[in-house]
Amino acid sequence: MWQMTGRFIRKWFHRLGSPRWFYQVTGKWLPWLALVTVGLLMVGSLWGLGFAPQDARQGNSFRIIYIHVPISVLSLAGYYVMAAAGAVALIWKVKLADMVMVSAAPLGAALTFLALLTGAIWGKPTWGTYWVWDARITSMLVLLFLYLGVIALNQAFTSRDTAYKACAILSLVGTVNIPIIYKSVDWWYTLHQPATLKLTGASTIHPSMLKPLIIMILGFYSFYALVLILNTRAEILTRERRSSWVKELREP
Amino acid sequence: MASAPLLEIQAIAFERDDRTLFSDVSVCLAAGEIMQVSGPNGCGKTTLLHILATLKPPAHGQMLWRGDDIRADRFGYLADIAFIGHQPGLKLALSARENLIWCARLHGLPVSGKIDMALDRAGLSHCKDVPCSTLSAGQLRRVALAVLHLREALLWLLDEPLTALDHEGISELEAMFRSHLGEGGIIVFSSHQALSLAGVRNLPLTEYAASLN
Amino acid sequence: MFGESSFGGILRRDLLLAFRRGSDVLNPLFFFMMTTSLVPLATGPSASQLALIAPGIIWITALLATLLTLDGMFKDDFADGSLFQIILSPQPLWLLVLAKVLAHWLVAGLPITLVAPLLALMLALPDAGYVPMVIGLAIGTACFSMVGAVGAALTVALQRGGVLLSLIVMPLYFPVLIFGASAVHRAVEGQDYYPVLALLGAFFTFALLTAPFAAAAALKVGING
Repeated sequence: MWQMTGRFIRKWFHRLGSPRWFYQVTGKWLPWLALVTVGLLMVGSLWGLGFAPQDARQGNSFRIIYIHVPISVLSLAGYYVMAAAGAVALIWKVKLADMVMVSAAPLGAALTFLALLTGAIWGKPTWGTYWVWDARITSMLVLLFLYLGVIALNQAFTSRDTAYKACAILSLVGTVNIPIIYKSVDWWYTLHQPATLKLTGASTIHPSMLKPLIIMILGFYSFYALVLILNTRAEILTRERRSSWVKELREP
Repeated sequence: MASAPLLEIQAIAFERDDRTLFSDVSVCLAAGEIMQVSGPNGCGKTTLLHILATLKPPAHGQMLWRGDDIRADRFGYLADIAFIGHQPGLKLALSARENLIWCARLHGLPVSGKIDMALDRAGLSHCKDVPCSTLSAGQLRRVALAVLHLREALLWLLDEPLTALDHEGISELEAMFRSHLGEGGIIVFSSHQALSLAGVRNLPLTEYAASLN
Repeated sequence: MFGESSFGGILRRDLLLAFRRGSDVLNPLFFFMMTTSLVPLATGPSASQLALIAPGIIWITALLATLLTLDGMFKDDFADGSLFQIILSPQPLWLLVLAKVLAHWLVAGLPITLVAPLLALMLALPDAGYVPMVIGLAIGTACFSMVGAVGAALTVALQRGGVLLSLIVMPLYFPVLIFGASAVHRAVEGQDYYPVLALLGAFFTFALLTAPFAAAAALKVGING
């Protein structure tokens, strides 16, 4: 009985690690995922940007949090996705995880940059300045640098195998350091608004503003998954271009 | 006549960026045997030697030393082997003696008169204490080979040991090989040239290269 | 004994080489002194202004000077084949990496720490700042060497890895910089700085316990460049 379970787990682990299987399965689901993404983002944006009530202090400029907050959440979550993929690739030598990690890096970097940008846009009317060196923003900047480091390291190697392993190690080192960096920057300067969204306990944000925000966060998670899958598919095709199934795709 | 194999290489394969360099390499070497890995540049001779030295893990296969998997007792295996790569691992700013002292310390050997003996055996008695930057390429090769005398390892893994050696140097190297093999050692080396030694087994690596599909 | 072990062997050889090639010690020191001297030229010689920014300037230039030397930690050994011999030594690689880090700190970080008070004098740092600066730099440069070893190991086989190395290692230096400079600031403002140095020490301990293993793993990956 245990043997059967072991074999079952190994078979699925093998399947999940196969780039070809991933490519074929995601090919079927992608249109639905795209539909869900567009749906969530549209509903969330219209609700948040159009229909949610104005903020007492900030007026209409606060509405950018419907974009800024989800993107910030994703940029940090994305780093952990990248690092986890790297860990799986390093420990269990799963090729697919390598490709996911490498696809997550530019995606995360772009999201972090957008988070900083939208934060700056929010900052000008709200606090009078585009940029301020407080804990949150500075930590987000460090996150951007960590991403850029992984991207740069990936580019530097001619051997893909070494590049992936090196990036996995760097991502893991960064993961260990993120809490330390956050805490040290936090300790160094705290000006930013306290988090309006707590996962446990009552949020300090009004429900009528909270609901569209949650929808936007879900929508951006869906968006992240969509773009990550698309990038990974491109990476799969590039890396496996010499194999027979890819050649069949080109000339059926 | 076949004695128990000391080194067993079983179905070793190596892949780099989804390209299989070689696969299913299987060899058994007993004490006193010498094997030459041959093939054109780029076919993976250095990689195979690196795998044998545990510098790189193989994609498939395993290696046994004295009947045990190398991975089970890597340090034990490392104590029994001496690897000399393309670059011999010498600092030019240091003298031959200082370089050998470093080697001794690195492998847990006592710093003693053995170093002088090793340098003498390598024919370097007159230039032990001058900076290696003043030595010729051939003399530098001899310093690298002096390390072999010092280490007294059973398995020698040598990557292109014949480079920078003249005729005299090559015959000295062959003599060194002969005495090592006579003492029951094993030698695996890569080279384009052939040695004038009897009983050199050949491993043409291109025969193990995967066919392009 | 200690000096005869692999750890001692690596330490002694690296120190001997640095001693013979004096530029290993002097060049980063000169860089440190010169870049620090650039600051008054750029911001004006007013002592009160310099005193305000002195802690930060010295820490930043110390960081940059250390970064410059980081590239050579493993690269020289990789180029002449010594690194393979180190990896093939029957001693745990993390221990040998630690020897390399110690040698690097003794050659780069320690001289910087010892020269820093002189530069602080030139930048009009108030008296209270000297002690926390020296202690902080001693620990901080050790952190730089330790954490930097991981980056140096990853980029060991890359031809022009210098700037890339700085990019990947600098984010990891931020906490060290924050704590180190803050300690001096607090001392200058008359506040208690021991807790901040303790935080720096905690970071060093954490790095000491994790970085050698990460660097050893990174070396085994990096040599395949």
